[in-house]
Amino acid sequence: MNNTFHIQNYAHIRANEVALNGESLYENTTDDFSEFIKGAYHHLKTDYSKFFKMDNLSKLAFMAADVLLKNEPEKNIGLVLSNKASSLDTDRKHQDSLETYASPAVFVYTLPNICLGEISIKHQLYSENCFFIFDAFNAEALHTYANSLMQEEKAEKMLCGWVDFDKGNYDAFLYVVAKKGTFVHSTTEINRLYQIK
Amino acid sequence: MSELKLELKEKIIEQLNLEDIAIEEIADTDPLFGEGLGLDSIDALELIVMLDKDYGIKLADPKEGRKIFESIDTMAGYIEEHRKR
Repeated sequence: MNNTFHIQNYAHIRANEVALNGESLYENTTDDFSEFIKGAYHHLKTDYSKFFKMDNLSKLAFMAADVLLKNEPEKNIGLVLSNKASSLDTDRKHQDSLETYASPAVFVYTLPNICLGEISIKHQLYSENCFFIFDAFNAEALHTYANSLMQEEKAEKMLCGWVDFDKGNYDAFLYVVAKKGTFVHSTTEINRLYQIK
Repeated sequence: MSELKLELKEKIIEQLNLEDIAIEEIADTDPLFGEGLGLDSIDALELIVMLDKDYGIKLADPKEGRKIFESIDTMAGYIEEHRKR
């Protein structure tokens, strides 16, 4: 039997703002992403010293996930994230560093799915995870993948969405799919929530 | 030697992104790994790169790092003895 799933909650990080379920949690006017995300980290009382070692993509994904999972007791949460730029921002930094001394700390972030590991370590998730590269936000693919894992009972909940960072531009939209929730888990609703804000 | 130790503390904080740690919080004898500063294996690789880049010291065997990077004291001692710049 096919179950109907729901979107429990969602978060955006874009245009100098962190928002949960459409409500602003933190705003900053700086043009610098590092300053912005550092401000969000402190404002939201995110206590995780390894945060400052992460690359920009992982910081973005980590903060969006932390907003959603901070008070989430369920641990069997599958992860399916996506973006357009992959880890290109960090890849460029690594490429530049090859002219002199390559930094191991930069090199380890030259894959986009590393951010899934950062989220999993912080929230102690030993679950299925996958990172897709798309030309644009692809609600249908995320919907199909999340539904499939939940139908097959591979995960009790799913953390899904889009987390893109390149050349200082950033856009994160993550949401949690559960058996119960405010919105029906459908491509129409995913697209609608993505476009909010 | 004390200047070198201060320089090492500054470099470690900056290059290893230890955002929440101040220079005065690092004692010369504090363990850098484990219970001390809590550095990890990637940090160890960064320290090996730092020895080469800033002091011209190439570690032939990365396992040597275990003793060299025990504390600021041991790092400074090794650098004083082996530095090429």
